[in-house]
Amino acid sequence: MQRNALARLSDVAQSTLPFLARVAQAASRAKDELRVRLLGEDFEERVRSLQRRYTTLGGDPFGFDPETARQAAMVVAVFHRLYFRTEVFGIEHVPPGRALLIANHSGQIPIDAAIIGSAMFYDARPPRVTRAMVEKWTATLPFVSAFFSRVGQVVGLQENAMRLLEMGELVLAFPEGMRAISKPFAQRYQLEPFGLGFMRLALRTQTPIVPVAVIGAEEQYLSFGNVEWAARALGLPSFPLVPQLLVPGGAMPLPTKYRLYFGEPMRFYGDPDDDDRIIGDKVWLVQQTINDLLRRGLRERRGVFL
Amino acid sequence: MSEGALVTQSPLGAVVVTGICGRLGRELSRVLHRTRKVIGIDRRAFVDPPGDIEHHQLDIRSHKAREVFRHGVAAVVHLGVMHDPHESSVEHHDFNVVGLQKVLEYVDVYKVPKLLLLSSANVYGPRPDNPQLIREDAPLLGAGPFSDIRDLVELDMLVNAFFWRNPGTETVILRPAHILGTVKNAPSNYLRLDVIPTLLGFDPMMQVVHQRDVIAAIELGLRPGVRGIFNIGGPEPLALSKAISVLGRRGVALPHTLAKAAVKNLFRFRLTTFPAPELDFIRYVCMVDDSKAKAELSYAPAYGLEATLRAVDEERWVA
Repeated sequence: MQRNALARLSDVAQSTLPFLARVAQAASRAKDELRVRLLGEDFEERVRSLQRRYTTLGGDPFGFDPETARQAAMVVAVFHRLYFRTEVFGIEHVPPGRALLIANHSGQIPIDAAIIGSAMFYDARPPRVTRAMVEKWTATLPFVSAFFSRVGQVVGLQENAMRLLEMGELVLAFPEGMRAISKPFAQRYQLEPFGLGFMRLALRTQTPIVPVAVIGAEEQYLSFGNVEWAARALGLPSFPLVPQLLVPGGAMPLPTKYRLYFGEPMRFYGDPDDDDRIIGDKVWLVQQTINDLLRRGLRERRGVFL
Repeated sequence: MSEGALVTQSPLGAVVVTGICGRLGRELSRVLHRTRKVIGIDRRAFVDPPGDIEHHQLDIRSHKAREVFRHGVAAVVHLGVMHDPHESSVEHHDFNVVGLQKVLEYVDVYKVPKLLLLSSANVYGPRPDNPQLIREDAPLLGAGPFSDIRDLVELDMLVNAFFWRNPGTETVILRPAHILGTVKNAPSNYLRLDVIPTLLGFDPMMQVVHQRDVIAAIELGLRPGVRGIFNIGGPEPLALSKAISVLGRRGVALPHTLAKAAVKNLFRFRLTTFPAPELDFIRYVCMVDDSKAKAELSYAPAYGLEATLRAVDEERWVA
């Protein structure tokens, strides 16, 4: 009886094991395909080229860690490729060497920065690390502060931006600041007034400005407004009313389609310490360019999710 | 090092080193005495000094200290800053500030041509909104939460004011990053712990400098013609977690609130020498831009990152 059972078991094993092996093979092939589709053929090569850059620079004083960035890039790829299906236009306009990316800001949480960073890593040739200027407040948050500095985010101060540009880095700034990110839904794609700091920085360091329009982020969370007293009481920069958070699974942003439009680099000349009005005129040009890119993007898209 | 240059520039006058009996002071005197006369002032006894060092065991605030400065002192290196968090803050303040005032008075009265204060990068203070690398002209905000650093900031400012008031004296302030080595300062003691507590979710970039590099910077600062404030950084900055792994220690991450309460109580029962507000040093950045020292002093750290970090373990071989 026992021998019989053993024989039968070996029969079953002989017939199913090859099948299981085939399944495993197919699964691993599918995984590889997904990996290639998500990360691209040359993912490791891209990571290595960034590592090389920071090795030759003699390390990064801001704490960029290629290994953490590599893992973060793999996670962001899911959003970049599958969830938001980002389309990128004109990324070839980003010049090699130092440059200042100036973009519109929106979406309650800064996914737009992550997607721009992801585009510069996956879609730009050669890949670049995007050094976003983040709110000082984030430096006081556990995990966030450590994570941000490892993936190359930097506390938004003139001195820091200047140092990065002198290192030849690509700096991303949102001159609308925190006001814009917590905009209610009704004000989508309407630019808040720009700060002037980035223009003084560009003039001082002779850095080309690349205007960037982000389409799609403004619809990812539907906010009815910002409750300022609640934000103040909780010590948060904003307290948006987002009803979708009450729906199960609503914490995820809506899967809108992201479109990034990179404009041609703009070069400005003049005295960085000029009067606010004169600097403001130059800033206005950048703001208008981003506005034009936004209008173009909105015209070209067929729908929020398409 | 620049010893060769110093010898050719002889005769060099005597240099007074206050607080010479600390670990750094002793190391400094062993380097300086090869090229010039060294006079030490400290309340502590100098155990086993090099033969030609003249040591005065007295309080810098006492009358007798004046005598030391009376005869042809060419330079003063002020290391005599007390940093003992368990000492009463009154005594602390009195020793540090009144002591420095006396030094400044003697330097002024006896026309000492060179004064060097070893301050610290801590005077800038660890803050979430610090620039990653702080320049010399930044405000000294370190005093906010730390009563001990308040003394240090005051000293730095006193010497700064002296710099402008007394152009006849070449005044130099050095602000080094965390000094590591056989010294018994907070960062070295911290990295000497077997299990190094860190704050959960925080991993700030740190800057460390080998004590011998600091001594080299002091020598450079003593050269004639040098004056001003200089930040002294070390090898390239690194994350705290990296420092712990290089040393092969184990890190334990604690939530900030818990760590703060624990350190406060441990400190009260004298089980630790770290006061609770110093936790900010492992929470926020406080690093300096030393390009000015590199350009004007031609300062260059001789010790690499690993050698600098490992220097804290040399302490166990020192008496």
